[in-house]
Amino acid sequence: MMSDAETLISVRDLQLSFGPKIIQQNVSFDLKRGSIFAIMGGSGCGKSTLLKSMIGLLRPTAGQILVDGEDYWAQSDARRTDINHRYGVLFQSGALWSSMTVGENVALPLEMFTSLKPDTIRRLVELKLGFVGMEQAIDLFPSEISGGMCKRAGLARAIALEPDILFFDEPSAGLDPITSARLDDLILTLRDGLGATIMIVSHELPSLFAIADDGIFLDAKTHTPIAHGSPRALHDTCKIPEVTAFMNRSASIPSADKTEG
Amino acid sequence: MADQSPSSGLHKAADTPAWSLQNTADGVCLNVAGAWTVQAGGATPFPQDKLPVEPGHTLHIDTSGLKNWDSAFVAFLWDVKQAASKAQLHFDEQNLPAPAQRLLALLPDAPAEPAQPPRNTEGIFARVGDATLKGLTETGTVSELALETAKGATQAVRGKSAMRMKDLLLDIWNAGPDALLIVGIVNFLVGAILAFVGLVELRKFAAEIYVTDLVGIACAREISAIMTAIIMAGRTGGAYAARISTMLGNEEIDALQVFGIPISSYILLPSIVSLALMMPLLYLYGTIVAIFGGFAVSMSMMDVSPIGYWISTFDGVELKEFIFGFIKSFFFASFIALAACRVGLKAGRSAADVGVAATRAVVIGIVGIIAMDAIFAVIANALGI
Repeated sequence: MMSDAETLISVRDLQLSFGPKIIQQNVSFDLKRGSIFAIMGGSGCGKSTLLKSMIGLLRPTAGQILVDGEDYWAQSDARRTDINHRYGVLFQSGALWSSMTVGENVALPLEMFTSLKPDTIRRLVELKLGFVGMEQAIDLFPSEISGGMCKRAGLARAIALEPDILFFDEPSAGLDPITSARLDDLILTLRDGLGATIMIVSHELPSLFAIADDGIFLDAKTHTPIAHGSPRALHDTCKIPEVTAFMNRSASIPSADKTEG
Repeated sequence: MADQSPSSGLHKAADTPAWSLQNTADGVCLNVAGAWTVQAGGATPFPQDKLPVEPGHTLHIDTSGLKNWDSAFVAFLWDVKQAASKAQLHFDEQNLPAPAQRLLALLPDAPAEPAQPPRNTEGIFARVGDATLKGLTETGTVSELALETAKGATQAVRGKSAMRMKDLLLDIWNAGPDALLIVGIVNFLVGAILAFVGLVELRKFAAEIYVTDLVGIACAREISAIMTAIIMAGRTGGAYAARISTMLGNEEIDALQVFGIPISSYILLPSIVSLALMMPLLYLYGTIVAIFGGFAVSMSMMDVSPIGYWISTFDGVELKEFIFGFIKSFFFASFIALAACRVGLKAGRSAADVGVAATRAVVIGIVGIIAMDAIFAVIANALGI
C-alpha cells in the first residue's frame, strides 16, 4: 500500500484542467499527519484550483487523491460527502451564508449532521466562536461584521464538525498585518489543540514562513510543480530562479533578465 | 533640413505644446517647448516619416523650452522613439526629465498586438450540433433538479427534510403577502381597461350587460393568471436568480457542497415551494381585484345597479374557469421558480454575471409562461373545458 501511517492524503500525478486548458499537471505530494502543508505559487498558477479538487469541488482530469488510502474521486457522492465531514474548509472570503446569522452559520452543519439537542448545539456554537474570539457576534449577520471577522467566523464554522483536516484558501488575503499574524497564531493553536492536519494556500511570505513545515511550489508557465519542501527550506536552499524570486520577494526573475539589453 | 513645426511660425499661446526638428552635425535635434499636458493640448502625434534615415546618427532632444508635462508628453516621446528606430537613429534620452525617462523605460519598443480573446470559430454544423447537445443536457439537468426538488418536497411533508422552516417562511412572505399591492394594482387596471374597451364596443349592439362575462371570464381564465405570473417572474424570479448567482460568486454554494448540504433541498426547495404555494392564491386575489376594476368602470359608464352587475357576473362565470386558472398558476409558478434557480446556479461568478442571470431568468420566465399558456389553451380546447 502506498499510504503508510504517516501519510494522510497522497496525491498522485494529478492533472487539473478547464476544458482544453491545462491548469496543472504531474502534481504529486504526500500530506503528512499533523503537518502544515503550504501550496505556494504566483497568482493564477492554479493553487486554489488544486485546493478545489482536494475538497470535492472540481473533478481532476487525471490522477488520484488518496485519503487514508481511499481513492477520493472514485467514491460515490455519498461516500465522498462522508469523507468531506473529516474536512474543514475556510474559503477566501469566509463564504458565510449571508441569509443566516453568524451563530446559525456555525450551527447549520451540526443541525444537519448530528442529532444533538438545540441547547447543546448552542453551547458548542458559543464554544467554537469563543475559540476565534467571535462569541459576541453570534446573533449578527455576516453583512454586519468586518472582513476579518467574517474569516474568523468562517474558521469557527470550518471546525464545527471536529474535522481532522483543515483547508485554508488564502487566509491572510485582505487582512492587515496584525490581524493576519493573530490568525496565524490561531491556526497553530487549533492545529495543536484539535490535532488537525492543515493544508494552506497562500502567497503571504511572513505567514508561510511562520507556520508551514512542508509544501509544494506550483509554476504558472510550465503548469507543473517545480519545487517541494518547507517554505523555509526553499528560501534557504532552492536554486530554481522562479522559487528564489518568489521567496525573496524580488520583482524580476534573474534568468529572465538576460534577454534585456 | 528646414525647421518643421505643426504651429508654423505663428506661435499661439506660449503654453501650447510645440516641436520642431533641426539638423545638427551628428544627426537631428528635436526641440520641444510649451506645456505638454493632456489638458493643454491633448496627445500630439509625431509623424512616423518625418525623420531622415541616417543610420548611425543620433536623435537629440532639447527640452529647454519645456514647461510642465504629463503622459501627453510621454505618448509623444514614445512616437518619437518608434520613428527614430524606424529611421535607424540612436534615440538619445539624456536631456529628458528623469521621471519621463523612467516612464519611457516601462514602455516596449513598439505597442504589442492586442491579445485575441478566444472565439468560437467552428462551422455551422458543429455549432448546431453543439447547441443541440447543450439543449439536451440542459433538459436533463433541469428535469433532475425538478425531480430532486419533488423528492425533497415529499421528504419535507414527512418531516425529514434539510429545509429550514425559517427560510421557507421568509420566501413565502416575499412571494405572497409582499406582492399583494403590485398584483392588486396591475389586475385592477387590467380589469378596468377590459371593461372600458368592452363597453364601448358592446354598446353598439345594446349588449352592455355582457361586459360582466367579458371581464369575468377573460380574467379568471387567462388574463389574471398570465399577468400575475409575469409580475412574479419579474419580481421573484429575477430575485431568485440574482440571489443564487451572488451566493455562487461569494463561494457560499461551494461551502454548502463541501459540507454535503444538498443544494436542492436547501436553496431550491424553499424558493420553489413558496412560489408554487403562493401564486395560485395571488391569482385568485388578482381575479377578484380585476373584476372589481371592471365593476368600477362599469358603474360610471353603464346603467346597471351594483347588485345587478354582481348577479350577472356570478351567472356568467363558472367555477371551472377559476379551477383552470388556479391549476395553470401552479404550473406557471413551478416553472418560473425552477427556471430562475437553474439560471442562477449556472451563472458565472462576476457582478456582470449576476445581472445577466437576473435578466435571463425574467426573459425565460415570461416567454415560458406565454408558451405554456398556449399549450394549456390547446389542451383545454381538446378536452372541451
